[in-house]
Amino acid sequence: MSTEPTSTAPAEARIASWRTFVGRRAAISAADVDELESHLRDEMADLRRVGLSDDEAFLIAIGRLGEVDALSREYAQEHSDRLWKQLVGTADAATAGRQGLGVALGLGVAAGVAVKVPALFGIGLEQSPEVYVKILPLLVLPFLAGFFVWRAAVEPRMRARLLAVVGVAVVASALVLNLYPFAADSATEILAALHLPVALWLLLGVAHAGGDWRSGRARMDYVRFTGEWFIYYVLIGLGGGVLLGLTAGVFSTIGVDTETAIFSWVLPCGAAGAVLVAAWLVGAKQGVIENMAPVLTRVFTPLFAVMLLAFGAAALWQGDIQTVDRELLIVFDLVLIVVLALLLYSVSARDPLAPPGGFERLQVVLLGSAIIVDGYVLVAMLSRIGAFGLSPNKVASLGLNVLLLVNLAWSAVLLISFVRGRRPYAQLERWQTGYLPAYLAWAVVVGVGFGPVFSWV
Amino acid sequence: MRVGKDLVAAAATPLVLGILAEGESYGYAILKRVGELSGGQLAWTEGMLYPLLHRLERLGYVEADWHTSTEGRRRKHYRLTADGRAALADHSEQWRVVSEALRQIWTATAAHPGTLAAGGVPA
Repeated sequence: MSTEPTSTAPAEARIASWRTFVGRRAAISAADVDELESHLRDEMADLRRVGLSDDEAFLIAIGRLGEVDALSREYAQEHSDRLWKQLVGTADAATAGRQGLGVALGLGVAAGVAVKVPALFGIGLEQSPEVYVKILPLLVLPFLAGFFVWRAAVEPRMRARLLAVVGVAVVASALVLNLYPFAADSATEILAALHLPVALWLLLGVAHAGGDWRSGRARMDYVRFTGEWFIYYVLIGLGGGVLLGLTAGVFSTIGVDTETAIFSWVLPCGAAGAVLVAAWLVGAKQGVIENMAPVLTRVFTPLFAVMLLAFGAAALWQGDIQTVDRELLIVFDLVLIVVLALLLYSVSARDPLAPPGGFERLQVVLLGSAIIVDGYVLVAMLSRIGAFGLSPNKVASLGLNVLLLVNLAWSAVLLISFVRGRRPYAQLERWQTGYLPAYLAWAVVVGVGFGPVFSWV
Repeated sequence: MRVGKDLVAAAATPLVLGILAEGESYGYAILKRVGELSGGQLAWTEGMLYPLLHRLERLGYVEADWHTSTEGRRRKHYRLTADGRAALADHSEQWRVVSEALRQIWTATAAHPGTLAAGGVPA
Protein backbone atom coordinates (compact mmCIF):
# COMPACT_ATOMS: atom_id res chain seq x y z
CA MET A 1 0.00 0.00 0.00
CA SER A 2 1.48 3.30 -1.09
CA THR A 3 0.71 6.82 -0.03
CA GLU A 4 -0.62 7.87 -3.45
CA PRO A 5 -3.84 5.96 -4.02
CA THR A 6 -4.26 7.11 -7.65
CA SER A 7 -1.10 5.46 -8.92
CA THR A 8 -1.63 2.25 -6.96
CA ALA A 9 -4.98 1.39 -8.52
CA PRO A 10 -3.50 -0.58 -11.45
CA ALA A 11 -1.00 -2.23 -9.09
CA GLU A 12 -3.87 -3.26 -6.82
CA ALA A 13 -5.68 -4.82 -9.77
CA ARG A 14 -2.52 -6.69 -10.76
CA ILE A 15 -2.02 -7.98 -7.22
CA ALA A 16 -5.64 -9.07 -7.11
CA SER A 17 -5.34 -11.03 -10.35
CA TRP A 18 -2.01 -12.48 -9.20
CA ARG A 19 -3.76 -13.62 -6.01
CA THR A 20 -6.45 -15.40 -7.98
CA PHE A 21 -3.86 -17.04 -10.20
CA VAL A 22 -1.71 -18.29 -7.32
CA GLY A 23 -4.71 -19.19 -5.16
CA ARG A 24 -5.95 -21.62 -7.78
CA ARG A 25 -3.11 -24.01 -6.91
CA ALA A 26 -4.27 -26.80 -4.66
CA ALA A 27 -1.02 -26.87 -2.74
CA ILE A 28 -1.13 -23.17 -1.82
CA SER A 29 -3.77 -22.30 0.75
CA ALA A 30 -5.46 -18.94 1.17
CA ALA A 31 -3.30 -18.18 4.22
CA ASP A 32 -0.17 -18.92 2.16
CA VAL A 33 -1.35 -16.52 -0.52
CA ASP A 34 -1.83 -13.90 2.21
CA GLU A 35 1.72 -14.51 3.38
CA LEU A 36 3.14 -14.31 -0.15
CA GLU A 37 1.10 -11.18 -0.82
CA SER A 38 2.48 -9.42 2.24
CA HIS A 39 5.96 -10.36 1.01
CA LEU A 40 5.13 -8.99 -2.43
CA ARG A 41 3.89 -5.72 -0.99
CA ASP A 42 6.95 -5.31 1.25
CA GLU A 43 9.23 -5.90 -1.70
CA MET A 44 7.28 -3.51 -3.94
CA ALA A 45 7.39 -0.80 -1.27
CA ASP A 46 11.18 -1.15 -1.06
CA LEU A 47 11.56 -1.05 -4.83
CA ARG A 48 9.37 2.04 -5.12
CA ARG A 49 11.49 3.71 -2.48
CA VAL A 50 14.53 3.41 -4.76
CA GLY A 51 12.60 5.06 -7.56
CA LEU A 52 10.91 2.31 -9.54
CA SER A 53 7.44 2.74 -10.95
CA ASP A 54 4.54 0.61 -9.71
CA ASP A 55 4.60 -1.61 -12.77
CA GLU A 56 8.35 -2.16 -12.59
CA ALA A 57 8.19 -2.84 -8.87
CA PHE A 58 5.39 -5.35 -9.38
CA LEU A 59 7.19 -7.21 -12.17
CA ILE A 60 10.51 -7.40 -10.33
CA ALA A 61 8.89 -8.47 -7.07
CA ILE A 62 6.92 -11.22 -8.87
CA GLY A 63 10.09 -12.39 -10.58
CA ARG A 64 12.00 -12.61 -7.32
CA LEU A 65 9.18 -14.54 -5.70
CA GLY A 66 9.71 -17.25 -8.27
CA GLU A 67 7.79 -19.12 -10.92
CA VAL A 68 4.37 -20.15 -9.66
CA ASP A 69 4.70 -23.73 -10.94
CA ALA A 70 7.98 -24.30 -9.13
CA LEU A 71 6.63 -22.59 -6.03
CA SER A 72 3.50 -24.69 -6.07
CA ARG A 73 5.59 -27.85 -6.35
CA GLU A 74 7.63 -26.81 -3.33
CA TYR A 75 4.47 -26.14 -1.31
CA ALA A 76 3.03 -29.44 -2.49
CA GLN A 77 6.07 -31.27 -1.16
CA GLU A 78 5.62 -29.75 2.25
CA HIS A 79 1.81 -29.93 2.29
CA SER A 80 1.07 -33.17 0.48
CA ASP A 81 -2.13 -33.42 2.48
CA ARG A 82 -3.55 -30.49 0.54
CA LEU A 83 -2.97 -32.02 -2.85
CA TRP A 84 -5.04 -34.87 -1.62
CA LYS A 85 -8.06 -32.62 -1.56
CA GLN A 86 -8.23 -31.73 -5.20
CA LEU A 87 -6.00 -32.83 -8.00
CA VAL A 88 -5.15 -29.75 -9.94
CA GLY A 89 -1.50 -30.45 -10.65
CA THR A 90 -0.96 -31.03 -14.35
CA ALA A 91 0.99 -34.29 -14.17
CA ASP A 92 -1.28 -35.80 -11.56
CA ALA A 93 -4.38 -34.90 -13.52
CA ALA A 94 -3.08 -36.89 -16.50
CA THR A 95 -2.46 -39.96 -14.35
CA ALA A 96 -5.81 -39.64 -12.67
CA GLY A 97 -7.69 -39.08 -15.91
CA ARG A 98 -8.51 -41.30 -18.84
CA GLN A 99 -5.04 -42.76 -19.21
CA GLY A 100 -5.02 -43.78 -15.55
CA LEU A 101 -8.43 -45.38 -15.91
CA GLY A 102 -7.25 -47.24 -19.00
CA VAL A 103 -4.22 -48.65 -17.24
CA ALA A 104 -6.25 -49.54 -14.14
CA LEU A 105 -8.90 -51.29 -16.24
CA GLY A 106 -6.26 -53.13 -18.26
CA LEU A 107 -4.52 -54.34 -15.11
CA GLY A 108 -7.90 -55.12 -13.54
CA VAL A 109 -8.85 -57.34 -16.48
CA ALA A 110 -5.41 -59.00 -16.27
CA ALA A 111 -5.93 -59.62 -12.54
CA GLY A 112 -9.38 -61.05 -13.36
CA VAL A 113 -7.78 -63.44 -15.84
CA ALA A 114 -5.00 -64.31 -13.39
CA VAL A 115 -7.45 -65.44 -10.72
CA LYS A 116 -8.92 -67.89 -13.24
CA VAL A 117 -5.55 -69.49 -14.03
CA PRO A 118 -5.79 -71.97 -11.10
CA ALA A 119 -9.04 -73.21 -12.67
CA LEU A 120 -6.86 -74.83 -15.34
CA PHE A 121 -5.53 -77.04 -12.55
CA GLY A 122 -8.98 -77.73 -11.15
CA ILE A 123 -8.67 -75.22 -8.32
CA GLY A 124 -11.58 -72.84 -7.86
CA LEU A 125 -14.05 -71.37 -5.38
CA GLU A 126 -16.28 -74.44 -5.75
CA GLN A 127 -13.76 -77.26 -6.18
CA SER A 128 -11.11 -76.63 -3.50
CA PRO A 129 -11.91 -73.30 -1.87
CA GLU A 130 -9.27 -73.55 0.90
CA VAL A 131 -6.39 -73.78 -1.59
CA TYR A 132 -7.93 -71.15 -3.84
CA VAL A 133 -8.56 -68.54 -1.15
CA LYS A 134 -5.00 -69.04 0.09
CA ILE A 135 -3.36 -68.07 -3.20
CA LEU A 136 -5.91 -65.48 -4.31
CA PRO A 137 -4.11 -62.43 -2.84
CA LEU A 138 -0.85 -63.52 -4.44
CA LEU A 139 -2.53 -63.51 -7.84
CA VAL A 140 -4.03 -60.05 -7.49
CA LEU A 141 -1.48 -57.98 -5.56
CA PRO A 142 1.22 -58.03 -8.29
CA PHE A 143 -1.17 -56.15 -10.58
CA LEU A 144 -1.78 -53.54 -7.91
CA ALA A 145 1.99 -53.21 -7.53
CA GLY A 146 2.19 -52.77 -11.30
CA PHE A 147 -0.33 -49.94 -11.09
CA PHE A 148 1.67 -48.23 -8.32
CA VAL A 149 4.90 -48.55 -10.26
CA TRP A 150 3.30 -47.25 -13.45
CA ARG A 151 1.91 -44.25 -11.59
CA ALA A 152 5.08 -43.40 -9.65
CA ALA A 153 7.16 -40.62 -11.14
CA VAL A 154 10.50 -42.46 -11.04
CA GLU A 155 13.25 -43.55 -13.42
CA PRO A 156 12.94 -46.82 -15.35
CA ARG A 157 15.71 -48.38 -13.26
CA MET A 158 13.82 -47.69 -10.07
CA ARG A 159 10.66 -49.12 -11.65
CA ALA A 160 12.51 -52.33 -12.45
CA ARG A 161 13.85 -52.53 -8.91
CA LEU A 162 10.43 -51.99 -7.37
CA LEU A 163 8.89 -54.66 -9.56
CA ALA A 164 11.74 -57.00 -8.66
CA VAL A 165 11.22 -56.45 -4.91
CA VAL A 166 7.49 -57.12 -5.15
CA GLY A 167 8.07 -60.08 -7.47
CA VAL A 168 10.54 -61.71 -5.11
CA ALA A 169 8.19 -61.21 -2.15
CA VAL A 170 5.20 -62.66 -4.03
CA VAL A 171 7.18 -65.70 -5.21
CA ALA A 172 8.59 -66.25 -1.71
CA SER A 173 5.06 -66.08 -0.22
CA ALA A 174 3.78 -68.53 -2.82
CA LEU A 175 6.61 -70.93 -2.01
CA VAL A 176 5.92 -70.71 1.73
CA LEU A 177 2.19 -71.29 1.29
CA ASN A 178 2.51 -74.18 -1.14
CA LEU A 179 5.76 -75.96 -0.29
CA TYR A 180 5.75 -75.84 3.52
CA PRO A 181 4.77 -79.31 4.81
CA PHE A 182 1.80 -78.08 6.84
CA ALA A 183 -0.20 -80.75 8.69
CA ALA A 184 -3.86 -81.24 7.76
CA ASP A 185 -6.09 -78.48 9.23
CA SER A 186 -2.91 -76.80 10.40
CA ALA A 187 -3.32 -73.58 12.39
CA THR A 188 0.05 -72.30 11.24
CA GLU A 189 -1.06 -72.65 7.63
CA ILE A 190 -4.12 -70.49 8.25
CA LEU A 191 -1.93 -68.00 10.09
CA ALA A 192 0.52 -67.88 7.17
CA ALA A 193 -2.35 -67.42 4.69
CA LEU A 194 -3.64 -64.51 6.81
CA HIS A 195 -0.33 -62.82 7.58
CA LEU A 196 1.55 -63.05 4.30
CA PRO A 197 -0.99 -60.96 2.31
CA VAL A 198 -0.81 -58.34 5.07
CA ALA A 199 2.98 -58.34 4.82
CA LEU A 200 2.70 -58.02 1.03
CA TRP A 201 0.25 -55.18 1.32
CA LEU A 202 2.63 -53.30 3.63
CA LEU A 203 5.51 -54.04 1.28
CA LEU A 204 3.47 -52.67 -1.62
CA GLY A 205 3.78 -49.34 0.18
CA VAL A 206 7.35 -49.22 -1.10
CA ALA A 207 6.03 -49.34 -4.68
CA HIS A 208 3.33 -46.81 -3.82
CA ALA A 209 6.02 -44.45 -2.54
CA GLY A 210 8.06 -44.92 -5.70
CA GLY A 211 10.86 -46.46 -3.64
CA ASP A 212 10.99 -43.52 -1.23
CA TRP A 213 9.78 -45.67 1.66
CA ARG A 214 11.88 -43.93 4.27
CA SER A 215 9.88 -40.74 3.91
CA GLY A 216 7.27 -40.32 6.63
CA ARG A 217 5.05 -38.37 4.23
CA ALA A 218 5.11 -41.18 1.69
CA ARG A 219 4.20 -43.68 4.39
CA MET A 220 1.35 -41.51 5.58
CA ASP A 221 0.14 -41.23 1.99
CA TYR A 222 0.06 -45.00 1.81
CA VAL A 223 -1.89 -45.23 5.06
CA ARG A 224 -4.37 -42.77 3.64
CA PHE A 225 -4.48 -44.71 0.40
CA THR A 226 -5.19 -47.91 2.31
CA GLY A 227 -8.08 -46.38 4.22
CA GLU A 228 -9.65 -44.81 1.17
CA TRP A 229 -9.08 -47.89 -0.95
CA PHE A 230 -10.86 -49.94 1.71
CA ILE A 231 -13.88 -47.62 1.69
CA TYR A 232 -14.11 -47.74 -2.11
CA TYR A 233 -13.67 -51.49 -2.16
CA VAL A 234 -16.45 -52.01 0.35
CA LEU A 235 -18.72 -49.69 -1.63
CA ILE A 236 -17.99 -51.50 -4.89
CA GLY A 237 -18.49 -54.82 -3.08
CA LEU A 238 -21.90 -53.72 -1.79
CA GLY A 239 -22.98 -52.53 -5.21
CA GLY A 240 -21.65 -55.69 -6.81
CA GLY A 241 -23.49 -57.87 -4.28
CA VAL A 242 -26.79 -56.16 -5.05
CA LEU A 243 -26.14 -56.53 -8.77
CA LEU A 244 -25.32 -60.24 -8.48
CA GLY A 245 -28.33 -60.92 -6.26
CA LEU A 246 -30.66 -59.20 -8.74
CA THR A 247 -29.02 -61.03 -11.66
CA ALA A 248 -29.59 -64.39 -10.03
CA GLY A 249 -33.17 -63.43 -9.20
CA VAL A 250 -34.00 -62.13 -12.66
CA PHE A 251 -32.54 -65.13 -14.47
CA SER A 252 -34.24 -67.61 -12.16
CA THR A 253 -37.65 -66.27 -13.31
CA ILE A 254 -36.93 -67.58 -16.78
CA GLY A 255 -35.51 -70.84 -15.45
CA VAL A 256 -31.83 -70.12 -16.12
CA ASP A 257 -29.45 -71.13 -13.32
CA THR A 258 -26.70 -68.54 -13.02
CA GLU A 259 -25.10 -69.89 -9.86
CA THR A 260 -22.09 -71.50 -11.54
CA ALA A 261 -21.46 -68.48 -13.74
CA ILE A 262 -21.64 -66.15 -10.76
CA PHE A 263 -19.54 -68.16 -8.32
CA SER A 264 -16.84 -69.38 -10.65
CA TRP A 265 -16.57 -66.36 -12.96
CA VAL A 266 -18.26 -63.10 -12.04
CA LEU A 267 -17.45 -63.10 -8.33
CA PRO A 268 -13.70 -63.92 -8.36
CA CYS A 269 -12.91 -61.93 -11.51
CA GLY A 270 -15.01 -58.99 -10.36
CA ALA A 271 -13.43 -58.99 -6.90
CA ALA A 272 -9.95 -59.02 -8.43
CA GLY A 273 -10.70 -56.28 -10.94
CA ALA A 274 -12.34 -54.14 -8.26
CA VAL A 275 -9.00 -54.02 -6.38
CA LEU A 276 -7.51 -52.06 -9.25
CA VAL A 277 -10.57 -49.94 -9.93
CA ALA A 278 -10.75 -48.94 -6.25
CA ALA A 279 -7.04 -48.04 -6.36
CA TRP A 280 -7.66 -45.83 -9.39
CA LEU A 281 -10.69 -44.23 -7.75
CA VAL A 282 -8.62 -43.27 -4.69
CA GLY A 283 -6.35 -41.18 -6.92
CA ALA A 284 -8.94 -39.88 -9.33
CA LYS A 285 -11.83 -39.02 -7.07
CA GLN A 286 -10.02 -37.52 -4.13
CA GLY A 287 -12.68 -34.93 -3.45
CA VAL A 288 -15.43 -37.49 -2.91
CA ILE A 289 -13.62 -39.44 -0.21
CA GLU A 290 -12.11 -36.31 1.25
CA ASN A 291 -15.60 -35.31 2.34
CA MET A 292 -16.64 -38.73 3.53
CA ALA A 293 -13.64 -40.13 5.41
CA PRO A 294 -13.28 -37.43 8.11
CA VAL A 295 -17.02 -37.65 8.69
CA LEU A 296 -16.79 -41.42 9.16
CA THR A 297 -13.92 -41.12 11.66
CA ARG A 298 -15.74 -38.40 13.52
CA VAL A 299 -18.93 -40.42 13.72
CA PHE A 300 -17.27 -43.66 14.81
CA THR A 301 -14.63 -42.33 17.21
CA PRO A 302 -17.20 -41.35 19.89
CA LEU A 303 -19.28 -44.48 19.25
CA PHE A 304 -16.29 -46.75 19.74
CA ALA A 305 -15.23 -44.83 22.83
CA VAL A 306 -18.69 -45.37 24.30
CA MET A 307 -18.63 -49.06 23.38
CA LEU A 308 -15.24 -49.57 25.05
CA LEU A 309 -16.23 -47.65 28.17
CA ALA A 310 -19.43 -49.68 28.43
CA PHE A 311 -17.50 -52.93 28.02
CA GLY A 312 -14.95 -51.88 30.63
CA ALA A 313 -17.72 -51.01 33.10
CA ALA A 314 -19.55 -54.27 32.41
CA ALA A 315 -16.37 -56.33 32.82
CA LEU A 316 -15.63 -54.63 36.15
CA TRP A 317 -19.19 -55.13 37.34
CA GLN A 318 -19.12 -58.78 36.32
CA GLY A 319 -15.93 -59.15 38.37
CA ASP A 320 -14.28 -61.49 35.93
CA ILE A 321 -14.16 -62.14 32.22
CA GLN A 322 -15.89 -65.52 31.84
CA THR A 323 -14.10 -66.98 28.87
CA VAL A 324 -10.55 -65.83 28.59
CA ASP A 325 -9.47 -67.67 25.49
CA ARG A 326 -7.97 -66.85 22.18
CA GLU A 327 -11.36 -65.82 20.71
CA LEU A 328 -11.45 -63.02 23.24
CA LEU A 329 -7.91 -62.01 22.29
CA ILE A 330 -8.78 -62.07 18.61
CA VAL A 331 -11.85 -59.92 19.25
CA PHE A 332 -9.62 -57.50 21.09
CA ASP A 333 -7.06 -57.52 18.31
CA LEU A 334 -9.87 -56.49 15.99
CA VAL A 335 -11.03 -53.79 18.40
CA LEU A 336 -7.51 -52.39 18.64
CA ILE A 337 -7.11 -52.52 14.86
CA VAL A 338 -10.30 -50.50 14.44
CA VAL A 339 -9.15 -48.02 17.10
CA LEU A 340 -5.77 -47.73 15.36
CA ALA A 341 -7.48 -47.29 11.99
CA LEU A 342 -9.67 -44.51 13.40
CA LEU A 343 -6.59 -42.83 14.84
CA LEU A 344 -4.39 -43.27 11.77
CA TYR A 345 -7.12 -42.09 9.50
CA SER A 346 -7.76 -38.89 11.41
CA VAL A 347 -4.01 -38.30 11.73
CA SER A 348 -3.53 -38.64 7.98
CA ALA A 349 -6.40 -36.29 7.17
CA ARG A 350 -5.52 -33.68 9.77
CA ASP A 351 -3.66 -30.43 9.23
CA PRO A 352 -0.64 -30.96 11.53
CA LEU A 353 -0.54 -27.24 12.36
CA ALA A 354 -4.12 -26.93 13.57
CA PRO A 355 -4.35 -26.31 17.32
CA PRO A 356 -5.69 -29.09 19.59
CA GLY A 357 -9.48 -29.24 19.82
CA GLY A 358 -12.32 -31.25 21.30
CA PHE A 359 -11.85 -34.09 18.84
CA GLU A 360 -8.30 -34.76 20.07
CA ARG A 361 -9.61 -35.00 23.64
CA LEU A 362 -12.19 -37.50 22.42
CA GLN A 363 -9.42 -39.49 20.80
CA VAL A 364 -7.54 -39.52 24.10
CA VAL A 365 -10.67 -40.98 25.72
CA LEU A 366 -10.93 -43.60 22.96
CA LEU A 367 -7.27 -44.55 23.23
CA GLY A 368 -7.30 -44.53 27.01
CA SER A 369 -10.34 -46.78 27.28
CA ALA A 370 -8.98 -49.14 24.60
CA ILE A 371 -5.64 -49.41 26.40
CA ILE A 372 -7.13 -49.96 29.86
CA VAL A 373 -9.64 -52.57 28.69
CA ASP A 374 -7.03 -54.35 26.61
CA GLY A 375 -4.54 -54.28 29.47
CA TYR A 376 -7.18 -55.97 31.64
CA VAL A 377 -7.73 -58.65 29.01
CA LEU A 378 -4.00 -59.17 28.55
CA VAL A 379 -3.34 -59.64 32.27
CA ALA A 380 -6.21 -62.12 32.53
CA MET A 381 -4.89 -63.93 29.48
CA LEU A 382 -1.29 -64.11 30.68
CA SER A 383 -2.31 -65.47 34.07
CA ARG A 384 -4.02 -68.41 32.38
CA ILE A 385 -1.67 -69.06 29.52
CA GLY A 386 0.55 -71.19 31.71
CA ALA A 387 -2.35 -73.52 32.48
CA PHE A 388 -3.20 -74.22 28.85
CA GLY A 389 0.20 -73.84 27.22
CA LEU A 390 1.04 -71.95 24.06
CA SER A 391 -0.59 -72.61 20.73
CA PRO A 392 0.38 -70.88 17.47
CA ASN A 393 -2.94 -69.05 17.40
CA LYS A 394 -2.47 -67.82 20.95
CA VAL A 395 1.04 -66.57 20.32
CA ALA A 396 0.02 -64.88 17.07
CA SER A 397 -2.94 -63.07 18.62
CA LEU A 398 -0.96 -62.24 21.77
CA GLY A 399 1.93 -60.83 19.75
CA LEU A 400 -0.35 -58.69 17.62
CA ASN A 401 -2.11 -57.52 20.74
CA VAL A 402 1.12 -56.41 22.39
CA LEU A 403 2.29 -54.76 19.18
CA LEU A 404 -0.94 -52.78 18.88
CA LEU A 405 -0.96 -51.93 22.57
CA VAL A 406 2.54 -50.44 22.41
CA ASN A 407 1.59 -48.43 19.35
CA LEU A 408 -1.59 -47.09 20.93
CA ALA A 409 -0.07 -46.46 24.37
CA TRP A 410 2.71 -44.25 23.05
CA SER A 411 0.21 -42.56 20.68
CA ALA A 412 -1.90 -41.74 23.73
CA VAL A 413 1.12 -40.23 25.51
CA LEU A 414 1.97 -38.11 22.44
CA LEU A 415 -1.65 -37.10 21.96
CA ILE A 416 -2.03 -36.05 25.59
CA SER A 417 1.07 -33.89 25.48
CA PHE A 418 -0.17 -32.41 22.18
CA VAL A 419 -3.52 -31.54 23.76
CA ARG A 420 -1.62 -29.90 26.64
CA GLY A 421 0.47 -27.94 24.15
CA ARG A 422 3.74 -29.66 25.04
CA ARG A 423 4.54 -31.30 21.70
CA PRO A 424 3.74 -30.62 18.04
CA TYR A 425 1.28 -32.89 16.28
CA ALA A 426 4.00 -33.95 13.84
CA GLN A 427 5.53 -36.19 16.52
CA LEU A 428 2.39 -38.32 16.61
CA GLU A 429 2.51 -38.55 12.83
CA ARG A 430 6.17 -39.57 12.90
CA TRP A 431 5.53 -42.20 15.57
CA GLN A 432 2.75 -43.77 13.50
CA THR A 433 4.69 -43.86 10.26
CA GLY A 434 7.84 -45.02 12.04
CA TYR A 435 5.97 -47.92 13.62
CA LEU A 436 4.66 -49.42 10.36
CA PRO A 437 7.75 -51.64 9.77
CA ALA A 438 7.04 -53.34 13.11
CA TYR A 439 3.78 -54.67 11.68
CA LEU A 440 5.53 -55.80 8.53
CA ALA A 441 8.17 -57.61 10.58
CA TRP A 442 5.58 -59.33 12.76
CA ALA A 443 3.50 -60.40 9.74
CA VAL A 444 6.62 -61.92 8.16
CA VAL A 445 7.57 -63.68 11.41
CA VAL A 446 4.11 -65.22 11.78
CA GLY A 447 3.78 -65.99 8.07
CA VAL A 448 7.19 -67.52 7.51
CA GLY A 449 8.48 -68.54 10.93
CA PHE A 450 5.49 -70.04 12.76
CA GLY A 451 5.23 -73.15 10.59
CA PRO A 452 8.71 -74.49 11.41
CA VAL A 453 8.66 -73.17 15.01
CA PHE A 454 5.40 -74.96 15.87
CA SER A 455 6.32 -78.00 13.76
CA TRP A 456 3.58 -77.42 11.17
CA VAL A 457 0.60 -77.99 13.45
CA MET B 1 30.52 -14.97 -7.17
CA ARG B 2 27.28 -16.72 -6.32
CA VAL B 3 27.06 -19.62 -3.88
CA GLY B 4 26.06 -22.84 -5.61
CA LYS B 5 22.52 -24.21 -5.46
CA ASP B 6 23.22 -27.29 -3.31
CA LEU B 7 25.20 -25.33 -0.78
CA VAL B 8 22.45 -22.72 -0.56
CA ALA B 9 19.90 -25.46 0.04
CA ALA B 10 22.05 -27.00 2.78
CA ALA B 11 22.65 -23.65 4.45
CA ALA B 12 19.04 -22.44 4.31
CA THR B 13 17.75 -24.20 7.44
CA PRO B 14 20.61 -23.25 9.82
CA LEU B 15 20.56 -19.70 8.43
CA VAL B 16 16.86 -19.23 8.99
CA LEU B 17 17.05 -20.79 12.46
CA GLY B 18 20.02 -18.59 13.28
CA ILE B 19 18.25 -15.44 12.14
CA LEU B 20 15.20 -16.36 14.20
CA ALA B 21 17.50 -16.91 17.18
CA GLU B 22 18.20 -13.17 16.97
CA GLY B 23 14.50 -12.61 17.56
CA GLU B 24 11.03 -13.04 16.10
CA SER B 25 10.79 -12.15 12.42
CA TYR B 26 8.75 -12.54 9.21
CA GLY B 27 9.54 -13.82 5.73
CA TYR B 28 10.59 -10.68 3.92
CA ALA B 29 12.72 -9.46 6.84
CA ILE B 30 14.42 -12.87 7.10
CA LEU B 31 15.38 -12.71 3.43
CA LYS B 32 16.71 -9.18 3.81
CA ARG B 33 18.81 -10.34 6.75
CA VAL B 34 20.19 -13.25 4.68
CA GLY B 35 21.16 -10.69 2.02
CA GLU B 36 22.90 -8.48 4.58
CA LEU B 37 24.76 -11.37 6.19
CA SER B 38 26.09 -12.74 2.92
CA GLY B 39 26.63 -9.47 1.10
CA GLY B 40 23.98 -10.57 -1.41
CA GLN B 41 25.99 -13.61 -2.47
CA LEU B 42 23.67 -16.10 -0.89
CA ALA B 43 20.29 -15.87 -2.54
CA TRP B 44 17.46 -18.16 -3.53
CA THR B 45 14.07 -17.80 -5.14
CA GLU B 46 12.31 -15.80 -2.48
CA GLY B 47 9.03 -17.70 -2.48
CA MET B 48 10.85 -20.91 -1.54
CA LEU B 49 11.49 -19.52 1.93
CA TYR B 50 7.85 -20.05 2.89
CA PRO B 51 7.58 -23.81 2.35
CA LEU B 52 10.83 -24.05 4.35
CA LEU B 53 9.35 -22.01 7.19
CA HIS B 54 6.24 -24.19 7.13
CA ARG B 55 8.39 -27.30 7.37
CA LEU B 56 10.22 -25.89 10.38
CA GLU B 57 6.85 -25.05 11.88
CA ARG B 58 5.57 -28.59 11.35
CA LEU B 59 8.71 -29.98 12.97
CA GLY B 60 8.06 -27.76 15.95
CA TYR B 61 11.25 -25.71 15.51
CA VAL B 62 9.37 -22.45 15.08
CA GLU B 63 5.99 -21.09 16.09
CA ALA B 64 4.02 -18.64 13.99
CA ASP B 65 1.22 -16.17 14.37
CA TRP B 66 -0.24 -13.31 12.41
CA HIS B 67 0.45 -9.70 13.35
CA THR B 68 -0.71 -6.45 11.83
CA SER B 69 2.10 -4.02 11.13
CA THR B 70 1.95 -0.28 11.81
CA GLU B 71 1.07 0.41 8.16
CA GLY B 72 -1.84 -2.04 8.43
CA ARG B 73 -0.25 -4.98 6.64
CA ARG B 74 -0.87 -8.50 7.95
CA ARG B 75 2.32 -10.48 8.43
CA LYS B 76 3.02 -13.98 9.67
CA HIS B 77 5.70 -13.78 12.35
CA TYR B 78 7.92 -16.74 13.19
CA ARG B 79 9.54 -17.41 16.56
CA LEU B 80 12.17 -19.99 17.53
CA THR B 81 11.06 -22.70 20.02
CA ALA B 82 13.20 -24.65 22.48
CA ASP B 83 13.28 -27.55 19.98
CA GLY B 84 14.39 -25.11 17.30
CA ARG B 85 17.19 -23.85 19.51
CA ALA B 86 18.36 -27.44 20.01
CA ALA B 87 18.19 -28.08 16.25
CA LEU B 88 20.19 -24.91 15.63
CA ALA B 89 22.87 -26.03 18.09
CA ASP B 90 23.03 -29.36 16.29
CA HIS B 91 23.31 -27.67 12.89
CA SER B 92 26.00 -25.29 14.04
CA GLU B 93 28.03 -28.17 15.45
CA GLN B 94 27.79 -29.98 12.11
CA TRP B 95 28.81 -26.88 10.19
CA ARG B 96 31.70 -26.31 12.56
CA VAL B 97 33.01 -29.80 11.81
CA VAL B 98 32.65 -29.27 8.06
CA SER B 99 34.29 -25.85 7.99
CA GLU B 100 37.08 -27.01 10.29
CA ALA B 101 37.80 -29.95 8.01
CA LEU B 102 37.78 -27.70 4.96
CA ARG B 103 40.02 -25.15 6.66
CA GLN B 104 42.56 -27.81 7.57
CA ILE B 105 42.75 -29.37 4.14
CA TRP B 106 43.00 -25.96 2.49
CA THR B 107 45.76 -24.78 4.80
CA ALA B 108 47.56 -28.04 4.13
CA THR B 109 47.28 -27.68 0.35
CA ALA B 110 48.25 -24.00 0.59
CA ALA B 111 51.45 -25.11 2.37
CA HIS B 112 52.18 -27.56 -0.47
CA PRO B 113 51.10 -25.64 -3.55
CA GLY B 114 50.52 -27.28 -6.89
CA THR B 115 47.47 -29.28 -5.96
CA LEU B 116 44.93 -26.50 -5.56
CA ALA B 117 44.50 -23.42 -7.69
CA ALA B 118 44.88 -20.12 -5.86
CA GLY B 119 41.73 -18.39 -4.68
CA GLY B 120 40.10 -21.36 -2.99
CA VAL B 121 41.44 -20.59 0.46
CA PRO B 122 38.81 -19.14 2.80
CA ALA B 123 39.56 -16.33 5.19
